[in-house]
Amino acid sequence: MSARPGAGARLADGGLIDRTRTLRFRFDGREYAGHPGDTLASALLAHGVHRVARSFKYHRSRGILSAGFEEPNALVELGEGDARVPNTPATTIELFEGLDAQSQNRWPSLRFDLRAVNRLFSALLPAGFYYKTFMWPAAFWERVYEPAIRRAAGLGRASGAPDPATYERSYGFCDVLVVGAGPAGLAAALGAARSGARVWLVEADCRAGGRLLAERLAIGGEPALRWVEATVAELESMPTVRVLRRATAVGRYDGGVYAILERVGADRAQSAPFEPRERLWHVVARHGVLASGAIEQPLVFENNDLPGILLAGAVRAYANRYAVLAGRRVVVATSCDDAWATARDLLRAGASVEAIVDQRPAAARGPGAWAPDGVPVETGWLRRARGRDRVRAVEIEAASGRTRRVACDAIAMSGGWAPQLQLATHLGERLRWDGAAQCFAPESWPPDLSGAGAVCGEFGLAAALAAGARCGTGAARALGFRATDLVLPAVEPDRPLQTVPSRAARAVRAAFVDWQNDVTIADVQLAVREGFAASEHLKRYTTLGMATDQGKTSSLNGLIALAEATGRRLEELGPTTHRPPVVPVTIGALAGRHRGRHYRPTRLPPAHAVAADLGAVFVETGPWLRAQVFPRAGDRGWLDAMCREVNTVRRAVGVCDVSTLGKVDVQGADAPEFLERVYASRIATLAIGRVRYALMRREDGFVMDDGTVARLGERHYLLSTTTAGAVDVYRHLQYCRQVLWPDLDVRLASVTDQWAQFAVAGPRSRELLGRLVEPGIDLADPQFPLLAAGSVRLGDGTAARLFRVSFCGELAYELAVPARAAHRTLERLFEAGAPLGVAPYGLEALGAMRIEKGHVAGNEINGQTTAADLGLGRWTTKDGDSVGAVLARRPGLADPQRPRLAGFVPVDRAQRLGAGAHLIALGAPRDAAHDEGYLSSVAYSPTLGHWIGLGFLRRAAERVGERVLAHDPLRGRDALVEVVETPFVDPRGERLRG
Amino acid sequence: MRHSIVSLLLNAATGHRRWPRMWRDPEPRPHYEAIVVGGGGHGLATAYYLAKAHGVRDVAVLEKGWIGGGNVGRNTTIIRSNYLLPGNVSFYEASLRHWEGLERELNFNAMVSQRGVLNLYHSDAQRDAIVRRGNAMRLHGVDAELLDAHEVRRIAPFLAMDDARFPIRGGLLQPRGGTVRHDAVAWGYARAADRLGVDVIQQCELLGFEIERGRVVGVRTSRGRIGARRIGLACAGHSSQVAALAGLTLPIETHVLQAFVSEGVKPLIPGVITFGAGHFYVSQSDKGGLVFGGDLDGYNSYAQRGNLPTVEDVCESGVAMIPAMSRLRLLRSWGGRMDMTMDGSPIIDRTPIEGLYLNAGWCYGGFKATPASGWCFAHLLATGESHALARAYRLDRFATGHLIDEKGQGAHPNRQ
Amino acid sequence: MRIPCPFCGLRGHEEFVVDGDATVTRPAPGRPDAPTAAVRFVYLRDNPAGWHREWWFHAFGCERWIVVERDTVTHAVGRVWSAGDPAPGEDR
Repeated sequence: MSARPGAGARLADGGLIDRTRTLRFRFDGREYAGHPGDTLASALLAHGVHRVARSFKYHRSRGILSAGFEEPNALVELGEGDARVPNTPATTIELFEGLDAQSQNRWPSLRFDLRAVNRLFSALLPAGFYYKTFMWPAAFWERVYEPAIRRAAGLGRASGAPDPATYERSYGFCDVLVVGAGPAGLAAALGAARSGARVWLVEADCRAGGRLLAERLAIGGEPALRWVEATVAELESMPTVRVLRRATAVGRYDGGVYAILERVGADRAQSAPFEPRERLWHVVARHGVLASGAIEQPLVFENNDLPGILLAGAVRAYANRYAVLAGRRVVVATSCDDAWATARDLLRAGASVEAIVDQRPAAARGPGAWAPDGVPVETGWLRRARGRDRVRAVEIEAASGRTRRVACDAIAMSGGWAPQLQLATHLGERLRWDGAAQCFAPESWPPDLSGAGAVCGEFGLAAALAAGARCGTGAARALGFRATDLVLPAVEPDRPLQTVPSRAARAVRAAFVDWQNDVTIADVQLAVREGFAASEHLKRYTTLGMATDQGKTSSLNGLIALAEATGRRLEELGPTTHRPPVVPVTIGALAGRHRGRHYRPTRLPPAHAVAADLGAVFVETGPWLRAQVFPRAGDRGWLDAMCREVNTVRRAVGVCDVSTLGKVDVQGADAPEFLERVYASRIATLAIGRVRYALMRREDGFVMDDGTVARLGERHYLLSTTTAGAVDVYRHLQYCRQVLWPDLDVRLASVTDQWAQFAVAGPRSRELLGRLVEPGIDLADPQFPLLAAGSVRLGDGTAARLFRVSFCGELAYELAVPARAAHRTLERLFEAGAPLGVAPYGLEALGAMRIEKGHVAGNEINGQTTAADLGLGRWTTKDGDSVGAVLARRPGLADPQRPRLAGFVPVDRAQRLGAGAHLIALGAPRDAAHDEGYLSSVAYSPTLGHWIGLGFLRRAAERVGERVLAHDPLRGRDALVEVVETPFVDPRGERLRG
Repeated sequence: MRHSIVSLLLNAATGHRRWPRMWRDPEPRPHYEAIVVGGGGHGLATAYYLAKAHGVRDVAVLEKGWIGGGNVGRNTTIIRSNYLLPGNVSFYEASLRHWEGLERELNFNAMVSQRGVLNLYHSDAQRDAIVRRGNAMRLHGVDAELLDAHEVRRIAPFLAMDDARFPIRGGLLQPRGGTVRHDAVAWGYARAADRLGVDVIQQCELLGFEIERGRVVGVRTSRGRIGARRIGLACAGHSSQVAALAGLTLPIETHVLQAFVSEGVKPLIPGVITFGAGHFYVSQSDKGGLVFGGDLDGYNSYAQRGNLPTVEDVCESGVAMIPAMSRLRLLRSWGGRMDMTMDGSPIIDRTPIEGLYLNAGWCYGGFKATPASGWCFAHLLATGESHALARAYRLDRFATGHLIDEKGQGAHPNRQ
Repeated sequence: MRIPCPFCGLRGHEEFVVDGDATVTRPAPGRPDAPTAAVRFVYLRDNPAGWHREWWFHAFGCERWIVVERDTVTHAVGRVWSAGDPAPGEDR
């Protein structure tokens, strides 16, 4: 086998690519071709393209380091326009036809990047340099320094536009979740699944096999991938098993909940119709098996970031899986046996291995460290790589101290392998350094999670298969399934990795520890010198491990450097805490379908369509859409419409849909006692067939909500709440019933959705309702007086409820009908009312009329006001032990100096008022010390022909007639206002009684 | 060594081998004039101002782990003083003024960046509330501007203004609000306090108090007994546990608040923006990551981590407000322990035990309060009297009813 | 987090609303120290780091308030019982 002449670095045969098909793609505007099975990285390497990026701080040329999701360097922007995604590792991008990728963080181009000038100043830019300068002059930070830093920082560019893709959220439940479909994971899944347990197997790659995809190993005497395929086929044939590919377990949460990101459309430019781009799974697993493998660690030497310097295992993956040579003249450098296999695979593929440099003396090497004759083997380490945009040579320092220079076009390096234990630490578990295995391991595994294979430091195929089988069957048995031991196929015996801690370079500025954040060994040493010797301090001061790879290739080397700089052992240093997600997760996938207009559910009252037909303008009120105004031709704006609606109510009759008010049905022998306790108002005296306004307090004495209580029967009440308070009040009532007074005989049900309710208001409301109810029902005062409540039957047979209550101050009723009758009833109201001049009215008219009547609403009942503040002290009982009664008596709440509700009118009646203006005594300085209150609600009163307002003012009761300043510096709109009593309209309530 | 471009140049010439430690690593002495328990932002600021403003330099800061490891190192870095209630506006405004001079005060660049804080509103009721708040700010001499939808669109064209479940109608802008590099605040105060003689003692856990006849005389720690007749607690997140060592029960619950950062991208968001239709706030760090957060998870927790539904809820709000966030990726999420008081406001006060002072209950507004909190707490420790700015933050306000409830949520710490 | 509702079985905690300390009891009306007792009930919390009892409301389920024993450090969930019932194995 040899490299095909003239065809770049692609080998003539082999690899898991489909050579029968060619995919065309673009990188930085140039066209290339690759094959299905390629990643963007492998396809670029096949064309000899190594330099694909510029580094974050110094803008050094960077190449492809790895072959997986740990890639710190080769981040690209994918797609254009609103579909552009920044920061995707080229090593994880499956090639598809028409793929369009751009290098990022360079200007104007990758080849010629002006910001590379930073390299000249690198001596001035050590870790934390920004904490030490840019302080003078002070105003320069926001205006000069920071904008420059911000422009230079960041990686790729966000599209800045709404995302055209869709995402979805799904839920799954299983007995055993296996993370990773390498040999350990496959064996675990098989072991568990054969017992009948429900098994999910999730694999981040597009195909199962894990490290086997990159190696030339045999299982049962055959190529290992045959066993992989057979195992996957068996698993997928079982109805209790689900295998997800392109799916990464990104987070582990309490109670066995895992977040799994499935990149559904990762292999194509555009998702199929009705298919999401990505899907976020919540999987609840009774047991988890972590078989997530390990990630190879780089070596630290000068210029170790040059393009052409790759991880040894990645070089092997490119050769074996993608049939691509990362170089033709390769130096292999290592601190473990594993990289020697890279040398052998490279030789087999026709490349030349210029040297194998092993940090370990020959005696410390294991049986895996052998090379064919003729390959120079050196005990020593790499001192410095040479080259500009691609490695050209390397200086090797032998253990003897002798240095020699070797020409090469690639370096395959290995500092050992670090288990990918992120998921094992997400619930706060700690890791400790295992000196024997030379890697971190959990202090202990949680009972519902186990690990198998390389993630446990079991590096080797036989060990992985055995551990996987053991974990899978063990998990199934622990959950009560009868699992039989797997008969494992024969494999070559494992050879230990024999890793030694890789030696870190001395303070060299260009010896990188964290590629993506440009943190060098010198930075680590500087940080230690300045006292940042705790691993979390080191991370925060140098930003080591905080890049998009979250330290997958840097944290360990950083800790090794920290240990060396402080003279401590790795056993004494804890790793920094890993934070979910394991790999970066598309924010849109976390949001799922709850975005745009579907961000939150939209609730519509049952007769919404009637209002829509009447041309209502709707407004968001909490979760509801409610009619704001009903404009008509000729209206110059919402104010005209509102005035017309108010005038209709005050002169004829109007109908308003108030179905959104909360409604709670209360029944039981102790219902009166219960309501007496939950309301601050007296309820016990309420007679059957009557309704009463009532205030509810929180236990801390402040007003929680207001509404009505209607007594429908001896043991039957119906409460109404505000629209905004409906959910909280109902929960609170249930708390009172179940937690505080479980012994009371009371039952509660929320009936908000079951009943529609319409306010029918105005002097002709009785007449209108008379046309709706069954003939013979008398709504006249003696039979149905103010604050009467009762059942009525409508002419069409609907069983309805009628309440003689009024929010607007006119003769008015609220008619409640079952939700299914809402639409026809509302239509019927408008039909029957047409001769009477009926008109619908919306929230604006409702609001204006309630202010005219001095009624409080959400702007006043804001959780900070007492009943006395609201002028509603008469609606509270003086004695008793209703909720909030005791704490309402605290001095801070009972203080007569607290601002009290009052009415306000502009002295110049032509002037408008603004809610939120603060009230200041005339002549007093306009400052906080003289702030005496504020306007809470204002409206134009069509009845009075000028603006009116409600507000809170200190000692308001004594100040009726006084003029104060409504100060509104925010809008530059001050108004001289007069304190008045409320209601503004019909203070004696004569119209109410009709 | 003073930090400046000159010292940076000189050190560059010597390969940065001569930078000294930012703070010493002293052994605790047997007695101090004052002890501050907690080496977070508030504790270190307290120690610094004790030394700087009150001349009390015989001070130890005791930190059980490493300094800056609590909420000062895990917040969303926002500073602002856009409050409503009188006790709060003046306090947070004083804090903002400290921030504005912090770099020169400490000779440490904490990257105080006043790029503005914009609160969006979506309804008339929200507008009324925001106008009330903005006017309260203006009456306190604090900068505040009301923006209409057009002006909001101009400074933040990436917001979902109209094609949204809750269209954006306008916003309240505090131009002087912004962000600060959070870790640097702890380091800057520690370095400055150290230079004034304060002992910053890490790996020193408080085990108990020595109280004689109702007066505190010292502490027992994992590094031995340390005497002091003035002891200030600044260990938010663990206030209840530490106070319990002195037999005190506090009006505080500890809750988890998650925070989030996206992958770094080129500049997208100019300042801090908060959503009005859901609890969500976001800014972009100088490194390019979008730093954002939302609501508490809701249950009591000391775990410093939250759960998935809250992560999703926060991301839903983010995408609803900034649709372009959808295609960015979440890089990290983490959790902090929040001292949630029963009215959402902090406590800086004496305790019933003489000589023992409490700085606690910062809910999730503690970071921006750091300088003023340290300033006022140092005053309390040095003089025994509450500073005028913090007079409202009394411990007995729950008994007297003089609550400072910005949100009007009542005694529900998980809704504050 | 998963909460084993005594009525509905094991459910995701997002179905619930958690609201408060279940170790405090509302003082009986009319007792002489009512104001102090009420302040303690409404405001003062042991706030343990470890096992705790909290009120959870199964809002998107049975609408029952339940007591959940939960470790505030590990988020482990222990015993669960309905409001109005004594803790399993304990007298009311």
